[in-house]
Amino acid sequence: MQLIINGEKVELPENVGNVSELIQYFGLDQKVVMIELNQEILEKSKHSETILSNGDRVEMVHFVGGG
Amino acid sequence: MTERYSRQELFAPIGVGGQAKLRRKHVLIVGAGALGTGNAEALVRAGIGKLTMVDRDYVEWSNLQRQNLYCEEDAVGRLPKAVAAEKRLQAINTDVKVEVHVADVGPAELKELVAGVDVIIDATDNFDIRMMINDISQKYRIPWIYGACVGSYGISYTIIPRDTPCLSCLLESVPLGGLTCDTAGIISPAVQTVVAHQVTEALKILVEDYQSLRNKLVSFDLWKNQHTSINVEKVKKESCLSCGTERTYPYLDYRNTTKTAVLCGRDTVQIRPPDKIERDLEQLEHLLQQQGDDLQRNPYLLSFTKGDHRLVIFKDGRVLVHGTKDIAEAKTLYHRYLG
Repeated sequence: MQLIINGEKVELPENVGNVSELIQYFGLDQKVVMIELNQEILEKSKHSETILSNGDRVEMVHFVGGG
Repeated sequence: MTERYSRQELFAPIGVGGQAKLRRKHVLIVGAGALGTGNAEALVRAGIGKLTMVDRDYVEWSNLQRQNLYCEEDAVGRLPKAVAAEKRLQAINTDVKVEVHVADVGPAELKELVAGVDVIIDATDNFDIRMMINDISQKYRIPWIYGACVGSYGISYTIIPRDTPCLSCLLESVPLGGLTCDTAGIISPAVQTVVAHQVTEALKILVEDYQSLRNKLVSFDLWKNQHTSINVEKVKKESCLSCGTERTYPYLDYRNTTKTAVLCGRDTVQIRPPDKIERDLEQLEHLLQQQGDDLQRNPYLLSFTKGDHRLVIFKDGRVLVHGTKDIAEAKTLYHRYLG
């Protein structure tokens, strides 16, 4: 599947099907992440039930603490 | 001197009127590390009226790569960051009133620090203090600007009480401390990019150009060539305990604050006594003279080394225990040498 993540085309392996798996794929599952899917903010509770489809536009922002 | 702010006044959205407003405004920066020094330098150069800055740490060699107000002399002398920052800031611009505090910030300190402040800039390195800033911002209706960075990544968001969601709304759960203590390091352009976002938003607030605020959560990775922003307007929650209708400001409750903290990537634990005390450093120096491998004192702190550990004792009672990430071990050392 091909998604547009943070404005870049990204080819994803078969085992990434929903938003939770996408977050895991990028190694961000231990972090607090905000996801926008096709310009709509996605609540955290909906991450695992939201199925991704080819061409979806995803914006991902994770929180960090350093400064 | 009339030329001093001319280039900023020529910039139409600020203009002569905006500059006059800036001169009357007061900014609080919490933290004098990489983000704190970057923000402070830019705002002091821009000619704000007053800057208050607070920090609990002192300058070390590993800071010099990115913390732009400090020089080698400050690291050699282990000057408290707030003291070293003040010296440099006043050398840059005597027009601006600069007030600094060498202190750890809890709810009580924050309440005093925000009096008369127009915007709070987050230059901290952990979410304990950010949640307190978030609550105090809501309670006193003062905007604040979150900023953070690690590696080549950075993030920022501007919180305007009553208008935007607050940090609690955005986070849902508070990120674990481990996030700040990443071993990923940091490059200075990541710091400077967050600073650029924070200072620009602060200037908009200070000249009262609220229409121009970004209103989006922004993040970037300079090494991976990425830049993202998300409209988070919809995550504002009526049930939020910090900004909702039934607000209780949970993070201003002293029982919810941490008295010990592991410092970011430093192999250091800070211990803060439950009640404020003033330590007599000279007397303590006498007491510890025969016990350690090395003992050094300056007007602000006492540094005591024993084996692999170093205790740095501040006048206000705080102690930094270097050489451990283990809070219990740090407490043991603290009690062993300081009673």
